[in-house]
Amino acid sequence: MPHQTSLKTVKRSNEPFWWALFSAGGVIAALCVPVLLFMTGLAIPLGWMDAPGYEAMYTLFENPLSRLVILVIVSLSAFHWAHRFRFTLYDGLHLKHLNAPVAFFCYGCAILFSAYAAYSLYSF
Amino acid sequence: MSYGRYKKNHPWLYHKKPPLLWWVKKWAYVRFILRELTSLGVAFYVVVLLTYVNAVSQGPEAFAVFSDWLKSPLSLGLHGIAFIFVLFHSITWFNLAPKAMVVHLGKKRIPGRIILIMNYSMWFVVTAGFFWLLTTV
Amino acid sequence: MNHANTTTTIDLEVYRYRPELETEPTFDTFTVPLRSDWVILDALNYIKDEIDGTLSYRWSCQMGVCGSCGMMANGEPILTCASFLKNYAPGPIRVEPLANFPVARDLIISMDDFMEKLNRIKPWIIVEEEKPLEEGEYLQTPEQLDEYKQFSMCINCMLCYSACPIYGMEPSFIGPAALALAQRYNLDSRDHGNQQRLDILSTDDGIWQCTFVGECSEVCPENVDPAGAIQQYKVASTNDWWKSKLMPWGNKK
Ligand code: SF4
Ligand code: FES
Repeated sequence: MPHQTSLKTVKRSNEPFWWALFSAGGVIAALCVPVLLFMTGLAIPLGWMDAPGYEAMYTLFENPLSRLVILVIVSLSAFHWAHRFRFTLYDGLHLKHLNAPVAFFCYGCAILFSAYAAYSLYSF
Repeated sequence: MSYGRYKKNHPWLYHKKPPLLWWVKKWAYVRFILRELTSLGVAFYVVVLLTYVNAVSQGPEAFAVFSDWLKSPLSLGLHGIAFIFVLFHSITWFNLAPKAMVVHLGKKRIPGRIILIMNYSMWFVVTAGFFWLLTTV
Repeated sequence: MNHANTTTTIDLEVYRYRPELETEPTFDTFTVPLRSDWVILDALNYIKDEIDGTLSYRWSCQMGVCGSCGMMANGEPILTCASFLKNYAPGPIRVEPLANFPVARDLIISMDDFMEKLNRIKPWIIVEEEKPLEEGEYLQTPEQLDEYKQFSMCINCMLCYSACPIYGMEPSFIGPAALALAQRYNLDSRDHGNQQRLDILSTDDGIWQCTFVGECSEVCPENVDPAGAIQQYKVASTNDWWKSKLMPWGNKK
């Protein structure tokens, strides 16, 4: 490996870790969020769709599989938000010099939210 | 590293940083910032979704209270705005994905068009699936 | 050439910066004939020949090949030899040096930064061992050529750097064209420098500053699609990162 010496001097970024979560969350959010948001937030409250009763929702969420799906959706989407919002602040407001606190805040929120989601979905 | 090191030997170079709100002047840049801000719509909804499940978990009263809140003008307004944002996210995401993905089938490279069609069909299937789920429970 | 028949004219507001005279740039307005076959570069040549010989700018081929005549016209980075005056009628046209670069004089920018970055990504074919001459050329099939051809069309005009807000804010960002060219060599079946370039480009100054604004690909006169190249690079670099974390024993190429 003739290039090994020069390799020592460069610092590989850890960005791929967050970027992978961002991308996975982006796909999940793009696929799932519009339809869910439209149904639970607009169509049902506005009466365009029949409101599923409490019993039906309870049975649905009682199934661990549906809770697992929800956990995947909410936590990956949260990481998607964290990464994207972090860069929105950097780009939109020239905040690159606040790299550490901004990253800490964004990823911190996503981690705490995911932990809370995991806990509350587990103890449904 | 910035232009500082060039300016040292070439002090006459004229260079100015872009203004703080560089993106307001051009529609393409405004659209970029809007695209990035769609993440707020996503974040809003996942909080709502988790609250929804928690309300169900807490019992019929909590669920009724939350269902009533969902009918409030505030909630409908927020959901309306968030819906436009998340739609924008989905569309831009699927449209840009073929640029990042180079998929080979054997030796042939799958054209971006096909990846695009696959993305949208998947979106359609997932949407129909969730719709079916919530109308049949 | 029948200048005499020209009835209409168009105004050019030209950015002037003469460091020996002024510390801040100014604008000079010149009125030039609006000829249907003239591009902005023709108008600049007219100004230099007929009105003000001190105007400085770069150009060479006048046919969209050399990449030296890039400037901003009404805020958009363009090749001035490929942009017709009539498309800007009735004017005025505001002509400025390429955005995001330091200006040396009038419409001339300093491209040192770009040249340094271009060099950093090793834009040449890296082979592990040269084949002996008797074994002949390094052959390639048309399919293998297609893999990177688009990224090899770059004429180093730097329009993409002017369209990139990230580069404007963070001059340390390697930037669109250099990254697209890195990908051009990575995807070349004769090249084996992939890992070397990845080591350079997966640093923070490399691909990770890019947030896919996408304007670089919009302004590129050669359809190189640097934005696409960078996203593909992110995917490759991410796969590589996970591989090295999950399978640290896996030996690197
Ligand atoms: S990628 Fe396109 S815009 Fe950028 S330098 Fe090359 S030819 Fe010019
Ligand atoms: S003068 Fe050569 S590209 Fe315009």
